[in-house]
Amino acid sequence: MSDGAIRLDDLGHWFTPGDWIFRHCDALIERGRIFAVLGPNGCGKTTLLRTILGAVTPREGRTEIGLPLGSVPQTMAATFAYRAVDLVLMGRARHVGLLRVPARRDEAAAMQALEQLGIAHLAHRPLDAMSGGQRQLVLLARALASEAQGLVLDEPSSALDLANQGVILSLMRKLSREQGHTIVFSTHHPQHAYAVADVTLLMMASGHHVVGPTGEVMSEANLHALYGVELKRVRFRHDGREIETFVPLY
Amino acid sequence: MFLLIALLAAVAIASLCIGRYPIPLRTICGIVLAHVFPLDVHWSQTEQTVVELVRAPRVLLAMIAGVALAISGAALQGVFRNPLVGPEILGISSGASFGGALAILLGASIAGVIGGALAFGIAALVIVFLLSRLAGKSAVLSLVLAGVITGAFFGALVGIAQYAADPQQKLPGIVFWLLGSFSGADYQRVLVLAIPTLFAGGLLLLLRWRINLLSLGDEDAAALGVNVSAIRWLVLVSVALIVAAQVSVSGGIGWVGLIVPHFARMLVGPDHRVLLPTSAMLGGIYLLVIDDCARSLTQNEIPLGILTALIGTPIFGYLLWKTQARGWTHE
Repeated sequence: MSDGAIRLDDLGHWFTPGDWIFRHCDALIERGRIFAVLGPNGCGKTTLLRTILGAVTPREGRTEIGLPLGSVPQTMAATFAYRAVDLVLMGRARHVGLLRVPARRDEAAAMQALEQLGIAHLAHRPLDAMSGGQRQLVLLARALASEAQGLVLDEPSSALDLANQGVILSLMRKLSREQGHTIVFSTHHPQHAYAVADVTLLMMASGHHVVGPTGEVMSEANLHALYGVELKRVRFRHDGREIETFVPLY
Repeated sequence: MFLLIALLAAVAIASLCIGRYPIPLRTICGIVLAHVFPLDVHWSQTEQTVVELVRAPRVLLAMIAGVALAISGAALQGVFRNPLVGPEILGISSGASFGGALAILLGASIAGVIGGALAFGIAALVIVFLLSRLAGKSAVLSLVLAGVITGAFFGALVGIAQYAADPQQKLPGIVFWLLGSFSGADYQRVLVLAIPTLFAGGLLLLLRWRINLLSLGDEDAAALGVNVSAIRWLVLVSVALIVAAQVSVSGGIGWVGLIVPHFARMLVGPDHRVLLPTSAMLGGIYLLVIDDCARSLTQNEIPLGILTALIGTPIFGYLLWKTQARGWTHE
């Protein structure tokens, strides 16, 4: 397959036989699109992303991955306290020969990725001297350094402050719109999916799925069914821009 | 790094000076340099023989063994992501020890002991491979378990060999050989160790950046496009060859492959691109110094296996306390 799309065809997975985490999951993610995965804790978001990455072999169905993928895991349990720049450099694995070490251009790509995320000043800091949010940015920089055209991000903003959440959202938008990257991400922030995703998948706790264009799928009723919490869609104008988002009514 | 290479060379030259027969440093340097430059001979034939045929092979053997074991340990700690891993973990040294002990028991020649140790070291690797295949699931865990099982099994066989050995004739030979020594060093042994070290150790050095990738864990490394299983086996086979060769020429020498990489990590950090060469140099220096102690501290030779642990453990404990295991994450 060479159209650069990602297809999920009737995917299903369980860890204990018969206890399906998700089942009959179908989706088409076209090249250059942003695909969001929403759902409550334990609904199988991470497992679905790992299935797309090939780390999990689904019990049912199959995936078709039409482009190389870069992975941004939620956290990193590193054994060794590598410096940020060394960790980002590891994103270059596909560009470095088996018996070789990274060249100057690989190091330049790693530094550029750190700069792109505004964390070049962390380049020489060891991993265990970084906050969870800083690590998340380093992992994203590693995926950028890989130059993979597809990115799979597992809750990329879960440990980030508001400013850095904004950095990641606008970066995702820029990568998709300007550079044609295909992006799959999971999140607990419906407003993030609503802001950037072209297509959204809602993974209900019942195992039922709703997938489609974000504007259609993300209705107040669907989100209420998804989280068991009422969410209100609000629209307002700010700085001449029409803003539309969701506010949870706790 | 250049400093470490210079230090290794200096320790090697100094080691040539140490021994029962006193030879001044100037003479040692002359004998060594005469191989490269045309120099006037100002030393006796005896001095030349002692340096070239007695001390030089021993110094070379100790240095190469230290380099090889330390590279192996650093590579394994990276691949297994575990600070307690040394070359012994794979069960290869137990296999090789049994091969050597069996050969001594059967009254084999020196070549037979070396061959037996090499053959059983490789056999142990094959068993580890098959066992880990049977276990499946988590590759690292099943490998470690397979290594522990194989090591314990061959450990028992070594026990049987010792039990069956004639206590007057063969048992002391087996025990002394198992404790490790470079006292039988000659150029054949140097070659038996140098060739696998050159190829397998060289391969480990070439793979040093890939070891960084493997140290992230299988899933993360695979997501970065690394063929995890293939590279891990390349590393394991390289280490197995080195360990089998080392045990075959000098018996069991523990601790070097375990603690030297820790020293190195405290000095240069966890990046295996720098860590592997640094470990190699430090390993060479460490084993040279240990062997110098082994042959000069007392009237009789002290077995190396005793000294590496006796000297290594307190230094290691002190460094660990001083530096808080720098290079590993603290969580």
